[in-house]
Amino acid sequence: MDTKTLIDYTLHLADNALIIGHRNSEWCGHGPILEQDIAITNIALDMIGQARNFYQYAAQLSGEGATEDSLAYLRDAIDFKNNLLTELPNGDWAQTVLRQFFFSTYQYFLYQQLQNGADKQLAAIAEKSLKEVTYHLRWSSEWVIRLGDGTEESKRRMLDAIDEIWSYTGELFIPVNFELLTIGDGISIDLSMIKISWDKKVKAVFEEAILPIPADTIWMQSGGKEGKHTEQLGFILAEMQFLQRAYPNSNW
Amino acid sequence: MLTFVSTAFLFLFLNRNNPNMEKGFEEIFQDKIDKEIRIEPKDWMPEKYRQTLIRQISQHAHSEIVGMLPEGNWITRAPNLRRKAILLAKVQDEAGHGLYLYSAAETLGITRDEMYAQLHSGKAKYSSIFNYPTLSWADIGAIGWLVDGAAIMNQVPLCRNSFGPYARAMVRVCKEESFHQRQGFEILLTLSKGTAAQKRMAQDAIDRWWWPSVMMFGPKDDESPNTIQSMKWKIKRFTNDELRQKFIDVCAEQIKVLGLVIPDKDLKWNEATGHYNFGEINWDEFWQVVQGNGPCNKERLETRKKAWEEGAWVREAASAYAEKRKQKQSLHAA
Repeated sequence: MDTKTLIDYTLHLADNALIIGHRNSEWCGHGPILEQDIAITNIALDMIGQARNFYQYAAQLSGEGATEDSLAYLRDAIDFKNNLLTELPNGDWAQTVLRQFFFSTYQYFLYQQLQNGADKQLAAIAEKSLKEVTYHLRWSSEWVIRLGDGTEESKRRMLDAIDEIWSYTGELFIPVNFELLTIGDGISIDLSMIKISWDKKVKAVFEEAILPIPADTIWMQSGGKEGKHTEQLGFILAEMQFLQRAYPNSNW
Repeated sequence: MLTFVSTAFLFLFLNRNNPNMEKGFEEIFQDKIDKEIRIEPKDWMPEKYRQTLIRQISQHAHSEIVGMLPEGNWITRAPNLRRKAILLAKVQDEAGHGLYLYSAAETLGITRDEMYAQLHSGKAKYSSIFNYPTLSWADIGAIGWLVDGAAIMNQVPLCRNSFGPYARAMVRVCKEESFHQRQGFEILLTLSKGTAAQKRMAQDAIDRWWWPSVMMFGPKDDESPNTIQSMKWKIKRFTNDELRQKFIDVCAEQIKVLGLVIPDKDLKWNEATGHYNFGEINWDEFWQVVQGNGPCNKERLETRKKAWEEGAWVREAASAYAEKRKQKQSLHAA
C-alpha cells in the first residue's frame, strides 16, 4: 500500500465527518425543541472536530504545505470521498434523525474496529471519537423510535424518510480501491463485517419503532467515495468554500 | 430571632388579603433587598416585581434565541474549520443561555410555551440589535466584540441582581459571554492584520454595528421610566447612561489595538470628566427598530415562528411516545 492510498482513506473518513457535520449545522437555531437544537449542534460540533483530526493527519501525510483547511476548502467535488448519505439535504426532522441514525450506526461499528487498526494515528482518532459516536447513536436511535412509535403523522414522516434515504445506505458497505488496498495492511476494515452488525442494529431499532425494513431488492445508489456525487455536494461546497475562494491566500 | 421572623411571616401570611398586611410584606421584602438577601421563587414578592422580572428575563431569553439567527447565518460559510467549530460552539452557548433563562423565568410562574407565544405574537420583545443583518464574515467579529461586549456591561451587574435564579443563571452566562467577546475581538484583529479587502470588511462591519451597539443600553436615563423602580429592587444596579459610557470608554481604547476607526467624529477623550465624549445617538432609528421597522425584524420573527410551527409535529410525537411508554410501564408494574 502506498501513502496515497492511506491519504485517500483518511480523507474519506474526514470528508464523511465534515459533510454530515455541515448538514447538521444547518439546523442550528432552527430546531423543533430548544434542547434538541443544542443536541444536533453538539453532534455537528463533534463531527467537525473529528473531521479536523482526520484532515490534520491527511495533511501531515501529504506534506507539500497541505493543511486541514486546504484539504477542506480547496478541493472540488470530484475529490471529495464522502458517502452520498452524508450530503443528502436535511429535509424534515425525521429525515435528519434517520440519516444520523444510519450513519452513526455505521460509524460506531467502523470506529470500534478502526481503534484496533494497524495505523496508530487513525486508531487513536477512532478511539477518541467512539465516545462521541456512542452518544450520537443513542440519541438518533431514540428519535427513530420516538417518531416511528409516536403519532400517525410522525410515523408517516418516518416512512417517507426511509423511502428517501434507504437507497443511500448500500454504498456504506461497497468497498472502493482505497478500502480494498488498506484492508490487507490491517488499516481499514472489512465492510462486509460492519454490514452484519449494521443490519442487526437497524433491525432492532426499527422493530422497536414499529417500522418496516425495506426489501433487499431496492436499488442502491453509489459513487460518492469515488467523487461521483449527488447535485447537492456542489452547493454545499460553494457555500462552505466561499470565503477561501473569494479571498485566496488570506488568514482568517 | 429565626422563630420571631417565622412567626411574623406566618402572621402576615394568614392575613395576606388584608391591604394593611400587604404593606407589611412589602417592607420585609424591601428590607431583604436592602440587606442584599436574595429573593427566591417561593418568597413573597410584589406582583409588579414578579411581572418586571418575567418581562426582563423572558426578553433576555428571547434575545439569546433570536440572536442565534444572525450569527448562525455564517456557520455554513465560516472561513476555516477552526472558526467553524468556534462559531458553532458559540451559537450553541447562546441556546444554552436561552435555556437557563427560560428556566429562571419559569420559577416565577410562567411556562416556556407561554413565553414563546408572547414572542411570536410580538407582545414580548427581544434585543433590537438582532434586527440588523450579518452581511460579511467580519460581522461575526463585530457582534462578538461590540454586541457581546455591550451585553456583558449589562449582564455583569445582573450576577448580583436581587432574584436568586436569575442571578445564578447570569453567573454562568457571563463566563461564556466574556469568551465570546474575546473571540469576536480576535476575528477583527486577524482581519485588521490581513489584506486590504479584509481590513475593509472589518471597518465596514464596525461602521454598521457601532451605533446599534451603543443603543443596546436603551433610552437615556431621563427617558427610561422603569429605571428608578428597578434600581430600588436591585434588578438593575447601574443606569443605562452609566453603562453606555463605560462601554464607549472601553471600546475607544480597544479600537486602537485594531488600528480601525469608530464611526463617531465627536468621540474624544475629555480630561475633565475622565470619560470619552461621544456624538448624538439617532433615537429615531432606535424607536423605529423597536417598533418593528428594522432591516430584519420581520425575517427574524418569521424564522422563529417557522421553526416553532414546523416543529409542532415533532413535539407532539415526543409527548405521544412518552405517554405510551408511561402506560406500558404502569401496565408492567401492575
